Amino acid sequence: MRDDFIVRVGARIVTPFIVTFALYVHFHGDFGPGGGFQAGVILAAAFALLALVYGLEAVQRVLPPWFVRGCAALGVLIFAGVGVVTMLLGHSYLGYNALAHDPKHGQHYGILLVELGVLVTVFGVMTTIFYLFAGRAGRGE
Amino acid sequence: MSAHLPVLQVLVPLLAAPVCALLRSARAAAALAVLASWTTLAVALALLGEVKSAGVVSYAIGGWVPPIGIEYRVDMVNAWVLVIVGTIASVVSPYMVVSVSSEVERRRIPLFYAAYLLCLTGLLGIAVTGDVFNVFVFLEISSLSAYALIAMGTRRRALTAAFRYLVMGSVGATFIVIGIGLLYVMTGSLNMADLAVLLPEVWDSRTVKVAYGFLGVGFCLKLALFPLHLWLPNAYAYAPSAVTAFMASTATKVAVYMLLRFFLTIFGAPFSFGTMALDRLLLPLALVAIVSMSMVAVLQVDVKRLLAYSSVAQIGYVVLGLSLASVTGLTATLLHLFNHALMKGALFMAMGCVVYRIGSVHIDAMAGLGRRMPWTMAAFVVGGLSLVGVPLTVGFVSKWYLILGAIERGWWPVAVVVLLASLLALVYVWRVVETAYMRPYEGDGRAVEAPPGLLLPTWVLAAASIYFGVFAKSTVATAEQAARVLMSGVGS
Repeated sequence: MRDDFIVRVGARIVTPFIVTFALYVHFHGDFGPGGGFQAGVILAAAFALLALVYGLEAVQRVLPPWFVRGCAALGVLIFAGVGVVTMLLGHSYLGYNALAHDPKHGQHYGILLVELGVLVTVFGVMTTIFYLFAGRAGRGE
Repeated sequence: MSAHLPVLQVLVPLLAAPVCALLRSARAAAALAVLASWTTLAVALALLGEVKSAGVVSYAIGGWVPPIGIEYRVDMVNAWVLVIVGTIASVVSPYMVVSVSSEVERRRIPLFYAAYLLCLTGLLGIAVTGDVFNVFVFLEISSLSAYALIAMGTRRRALTAAFRYLVMGSVGATFIVIGIGLLYVMTGSLNMADLAVLLPEVWDSRTVKVAYGFLGVGFCLKLALFPLHLWLPNAYAYAPSAVTAFMASTATKVAVYMLLRFFLTIFGAPFSFGTMALDRLLLPLALVAIVSMSMVAVLQVDVKRLLAYSSVAQIGYVVLGLSLASVTGLTATLLHLFNHALMKGALFMAMGCVVYRIGSVHIDAMAGLGRRMPWTMAAFVVGGLSLVGVPLTVGFVSKWYLILGAIERGWWPVAVVVLLASLLALVYVWRVVETAYMRPYEGDGRAVEAPPGLLLPTWVLAAASIYFGVFAKSTVATAEQAARVLMSGVGS
């Protein structure tokens, strides 16, 4: 599809909107439908689209496989780490009230941070799976 | 920090797993995995001590008060299971370091440890949580990582074995989550203690009985009770040696715990044994498992498969204890969870030593190993004797309580079957021992004694299976206390 002008330009125009929408779904997750999981999938879809249009190598130059794998692990650390921080602040595990003076804000920040962890992991895992399937054709691994 | 013990139990391996995945160096990942395993044992022992002195320990995740939020709740029963899993993890993990370096591709080793730690997280999580949906989440964590661990075996058949386990395991997990869903529909609660209070009001409804059925089938698939055991032999035979030793000693044990927890604590003994006739349902299955699987084990030529079939038979003993529907029977069940973990761990680890040296566990390949690898085979003999149930080994202690429980109920034929099945165990253990000691060695010079990194953990479990056979007082007392908690239902 690299030679198809409309698809190439179209993908370029759409990608920033997909990424923005992913962030919207993430940050709006505590008021409406959405959250880290959905946001992670949408974000991964943006890069899958680029890989389909510009080729796997082009995307892997920007997002190397080791980086997305690292993301998968990093997200879990963010999630569990938030819990550890609240524990160190003297509350129970994942007791978000510890994160701000006003418990309401604490809950708000807490859920956003935890969902950020989910976003990073889901993005990492989705992209890794996509890389593995897309890479099979050439390398046969 | 002691107030946070229940969550630390899960948190330590959960945090260590992604760090292992991020590490490039196999050695650093191994060190972290061993350290995390030892920490879980320390936490489990601390929890057991606290439960013994102060009673039930409860922890509200996120500060949300129990029936609403997720509660981690530890009593004698799950403290006991946590100690079993922690013990096995801390003995098997140093063994893993040596064994895995020869069986798993080098660049995959950090990921292997990450999967192992996630599996450990899942198993400990199932045991520690007091929330039924949380049980399902941890069950999936442990199962998914277990599939990955099994697929890392050296032979290509490990992939099909893992895939078959994946299909069967997913079916089992689906049954369990449907059961949990039905319970939630009927009561509006997911908290175990809360469910135990709410359920008696709706005992008569068909939905609750259907939920019971779904849960029962799901658990029996996960714990590999006789007609639902088909995934187990290949999964154990083709997984990397250290994984087999770990899974055989922990995964099915935790599944049994789930069954006990749901059917005795949540539904309660009167409902399970009275309305649902659980004892009369499980008794024939357990007896068939014990006899038929021991016979199948006799016919195996791959010693790891032989031990895997023997595991299915041993699960029969565990379930038999439950079907006796008494404190003595349950004591036998809980004792055998620990005792079988010790001996099967030792046996599979001895086989791992053999694989490390000669690359095969075919019974013919083991000819003459009694002299070439004396310590390895001696550990196998100790584990084998325990499997048979010879006095002064742990196997004897659990069988003693099983037979005691059977006689208590006046079920003499059951006691006779247990004794006869021990003879079958003697036959399959003897086949290996005979080959190893009586036949001359025919291979090349590869078969020398296993390195101390493998022998030491193997012998820790082998020695423990003698020690707790001779000094059984503490384990029996703990198991009996736990059995009383289960039979009496909630609140104790």
